[in-house]
Amino acid sequence: MYPPSFDYRAARSLEEVLELLAERGDEAKILAGGQSLIPLIKLRFAAPTLLVDINGVDGLGEIREDDDSLRIGALVRHRDVVDSEMISSRYPAMAAAAPLIADPLIRNRGTLAGSLAHADPAADWASVMLALGAHVHVRSSSGERDISIDDFLQGPFTTSLDPTEVITEVVVPRAPARSGGTYLKLERRVGDFATVVAALHLVLSNGTVGTAGIALTAVGPRSIKAADAEAVLSGSEPTPELLDQAADVASRAAQPSDDVRGTAEYKRNVVRVFVRRGLDRALELARAS
Amino acid sequence: MEITLTVNGNRQTVDVEPRMLLVHCLRDRLRLTGTHVGCDTSNCGACTVLYDGVPIKSCTMLAVQADGHELTTVEGLADGGQLHPIQAGFKQEHGLQCGFCTSGMMLASAALLERNPDPSEDDIRWALSGNICRCTGYVNIVKAVRWAANERRSEKVGQS
Repeated sequence: MYPPSFDYRAARSLEEVLELLAERGDEAKILAGGQSLIPLIKLRFAAPTLLVDINGVDGLGEIREDDDSLRIGALVRHRDVVDSEMISSRYPAMAAAAPLIADPLIRNRGTLAGSLAHADPAADWASVMLALGAHVHVRSSSGERDISIDDFLQGPFTTSLDPTEVITEVVVPRAPARSGGTYLKLERRVGDFATVVAALHLVLSNGTVGTAGIALTAVGPRSIKAADAEAVLSGSEPTPELLDQAADVASRAAQPSDDVRGTAEYKRNVVRVFVRRGLDRALELARAS
Repeated sequence: MEITLTVNGNRQTVDVEPRMLLVHCLRDRLRLTGTHVGCDTSNCGACTVLYDGVPIKSCTMLAVQADGHELTTVEGLADGGQLHPIQAGFKQEHGLQCGFCTSGMMLASAALLERNPDPSEDDIRWALSGNICRCTGYVNIVKAVRWAANERRSEKVGQS
């Protein structure tokens, strides 16, 4: 497939990116990993007239922790997350998700921030970031702002990012002591779209659940934060009965539909099972950390 | 636009439209037809090449993105007349049937061996999970990679 024509600019600085976006607005698209954008253009689902390649912009490829956050630059690739020792040791939900994204060749190019910006209802990172309470830091030529992932995700392939804005960082609250999480994904084969995904994150505080993050992917028009299920756990002692109840409530937050990957009823049941299993695992890790 | 890329050690300048995919630049402009177009939708890995040493799908990258970068295609694996251990492994263990996926399989495998000289069967299958063989010849492909790993390590021992 030959993509239709477009202009291409290899930006050398963030300022250049912001100027181009200010000038061309929704005619322009950011090219980072390109693993979703290039197929979309080839298939004529997207027709930008300008691609702004940010791969040559310095300073966007870092994963670093500051006093209260883990900061992931816009050019951090899935493979960088897989390889990060900091993430494997302290951010178990991210560490569990990263190796399950697409396939190794795509992980070598695709970026975490790009996956969020693409907002595929079946994309892996959105639920992880919802569970972790992350936000994106975005910039435009007229300023900068933070957008929580819940506000950022609007619907299928739709976000609240303005066409003149670019994500510069994804910011995750720094992992406190006594925290744990995991990621469970059902897929028919490597590289297929997810059938059901559950991302879990728990922080313990004096034997009770301080913070609970439960999010679902591929069972609705966008990734879903299961807030009612989180509320079941929050402030309470995580007994097996309570975890059962949270899983049940989470399954009701899902909005699955029947398709070739399974019936809505089946997917809702997988949500319940995944959330229950994932909570056990998150709890085990939180107690050990 | 004019781009300069180093393919298999040769620096070359080509004039391409921004929309040209890297795989088409390699095949149609540089006449390196060992890189195949399979699914053309980032699924099959037949178009795998090494981009600065990292395996990627060349149907999902623009040629202009290779400006200033180094690429290795299957034509660059052999050193003069000497087969790369991975090529020798595929020959020895009959790691191919129709051969369509083979160049991609070999490049992804060669990159694996650079990172992990002694991969387990699991490591190999995991590393090749973005490359599909429609003949389903995976058993021999895995054997071929194991053969190449052993060969490379014994060569290294021989040299030291």
